Amino acid sequence: MSAKEEFYKFTGTQGYIASESLVDAVNCALALERPLLVKGEPGTGKTLLARHVSESLEMFMEQWHIKSTSKAADGLYVYDTVQRLNDSRFGGSDVSNISNYIKLGPVGRVFSADKRQVLLIDEVDKADVEFPNDLLRELDEMRFTITETSAEVVAKERPFVIITSNNEKELPDAFLRRCIFHFIEFPEPQMMKKIIDVHHPNLDTTLLDQVLIKFYWLREQNELRKKPSTSELIDWIAALLRGGIALDQLEEHIPFMGALLKNEQDTEALASYDDRSGRYPSNWADLGPRYNQ
Amino acid sequence: MFSTLFYGLRDEGVPVAMQEWMTLMDALGKGLHGSSLLRFYYLSRACLVKSETYYDAFDRVFARVFHDIEGSLPIEEEVLEWLRNPENHQQLSPEQLAELERLSQDELMRKFFETLAEQDERHDGGGKWIGTGGHSPYGHGGVHPTGVRVGGPGKNRSAMKVIGERKFKDYRTDQALDVRQIRVALKRLRHVTRHGVETELDLDETIDETCRNAGEIEFVFRAPKRNNLRVLLLMDVGGTMDPYFEPVSQLLTALYEERGLRAFEAYYFHNTIYDCVYKNATLRPDAAVNTADLLRYYNEHWKVIVVGDAAMHPAELLEPYGNINPSMTSETTSITWLHKIHEHFDRTVWLNPDERRFWEHSYTARMVKKLFPMYHLSVEGIGDAVNGLVGARVSTGEAA
Repeated sequence: MSAKEEFYKFTGTQGYIASESLVDAVNCALALERPLLVKGEPGTGKTLLARHVSESLEMFMEQWHIKSTSKAADGLYVYDTVQRLNDSRFGGSDVSNISNYIKLGPVGRVFSADKRQVLLIDEVDKADVEFPNDLLRELDEMRFTITETSAEVVAKERPFVIITSNNEKELPDAFLRRCIFHFIEFPEPQMMKKIIDVHHPNLDTTLLDQVLIKFYWLREQNELRKKPSTSELIDWIAALLRGGIALDQLEEHIPFMGALLKNEQDTEALASYDDRSGRYPSNWADLGPRYNQ
Repeated sequence: MFSTLFYGLRDEGVPVAMQEWMTLMDALGKGLHGSSLLRFYYLSRACLVKSETYYDAFDRVFARVFHDIEGSLPIEEEVLEWLRNPENHQQLSPEQLAELERLSQDELMRKFFETLAEQDERHDGGGKWIGTGGHSPYGHGGVHPTGVRVGGPGKNRSAMKVIGERKFKDYRTDQALDVRQIRVALKRLRHVTRHGVETELDLDETIDETCRNAGEIEFVFRAPKRNNLRVLLLMDVGGTMDPYFEPVSQLLTALYEERGLRAFEAYYFHNTIYDCVYKNATLRPDAAVNTADLLRYYNEHWKVIVVGDAAMHPAELLEPYGNINPSMTSETTSITWLHKIHEHFDRTVWLNPDERRFWEHSYTARMVKKLFPMYHLSVEGIGDAVNGLVGARVSTGEAA
């Protein structure tokens, strides 16, 4: 392995616990200079991954947050015709020089950077179905032409592209073929303990166990429409710590429910469970074989 | 080299093409798999599989290909090549290296497989087993097939154990419908036109108008593109449809959540459509709406999806007074109403929760299928039905 490849080796950071398979996928994408496509439940840290990769590799990160109205061309550059029109009427900068009105988008900025950068294309599935296809050539060849000025923008250093998707839309095959793919699984309790340790170090182990048992029990409840995720768990623990909740309180009911359940039906479903004086589990053994291996 | 894996995946319906395969070869060429089967597993999964729905199929194929060492696994060459490369022997002491060289290649391979066959669990340290931290000459050999851990510290699960857990079973698409998948299938349900409030700047018109205005800027706006599709859902409830409550309600949820639609309405019926349909699934008289009114309320541009198994007694469909609910019966036959719906609406599709092979056995299903293009209520079927609603026209009957 050459020194350069050794240099770009991601192992996770202090603030981000990555599974082995994720680390391998990141390194694979880095070494092969392919875009990395990350999918997973909301709240499993897809966006956070890009931030920590850029941090640990000391590369600047450009973030392109995709909305339903985003167009592929916007990521490359925007030609501000209205400004030019306005300047031609009222005077301003040099109207005859079109390049004054070309503003590079996130992709354009990453390409023209001097150092290798991380480009995060966040929630690519939010955009139109054809969106990823429109970016194929640009991400493959790492170059594009500004039609208005015929200038070509070529990437000096191939950026590391991380693409996240929430699976709202299927991505086109041609696009997928070019990516390295990783699906972030929901963390197992062991992994979850490590993740929590990063955010809430030195948590009392009995409390942590109780919190996790409740949390995984909640996730097992099929009535819930939106299962609580890692980020919600971390918020919840923060709320518990600030609220100074004692262990025995946690055994009877689930305090600060709002941090975990984000929709009305779910809160009601749990309230009715409370009313039926349903018991909450307090041992891993109550959760079934999946958690007791 | 590992072509069994490649073709095994293709046989299982995982869409793997040469491009992905070359990517994996490229990655292996760079030595990204290190010396561990588990890492090779992660690496090949990341390169070859592009959707978590295929993770389970991948696991099964991987286990099949790499589990049985007795088979003629084309792995020996690579292992040998790896062992021949002195760079890979840095951790061995000079004595061990000398010993390694003494062993002829054949014997080395034989011992390698012998050791594999003897060993049935992971092993770290020590001098005999294949594993990490030890000094067995076999432990450092690239990829080997029993799932014995050969990785670094902190990794405590074997590849075969990881694979054996079959964690991705739930993500398979062929087993059950889920709302998200239906939504993905429904995404194509769109007919984009410009309508609504004019909020988008029409640049060409603006420039034209500005020129006409002698350079005084004149902005021209237009309505943005929006989905102009309206969907009417008619749903069979009760009786033979009860077993299909789950997939049907998921389809309904998906349609309700499909905010891209311009309008969406749902009505219910039992078995087949007569004079009335109902606003809710209780089918009580106070929720009844005359089918004739339905055809007046909704013009031909509404796309109609009928969900039902279309399986009933022929008399219910074809005879006057055929309604099995005696209080609701009437002279007009159900088939007449179905004909009216067919004629009134531009496009209608029928989604049948029964499997395709049962359709031919039901006389009434065959009748209905002659009238409407019929599709199976599954992710693929819904995708095809959406095509039937908005795609190029297909003649009735041939569609399914």
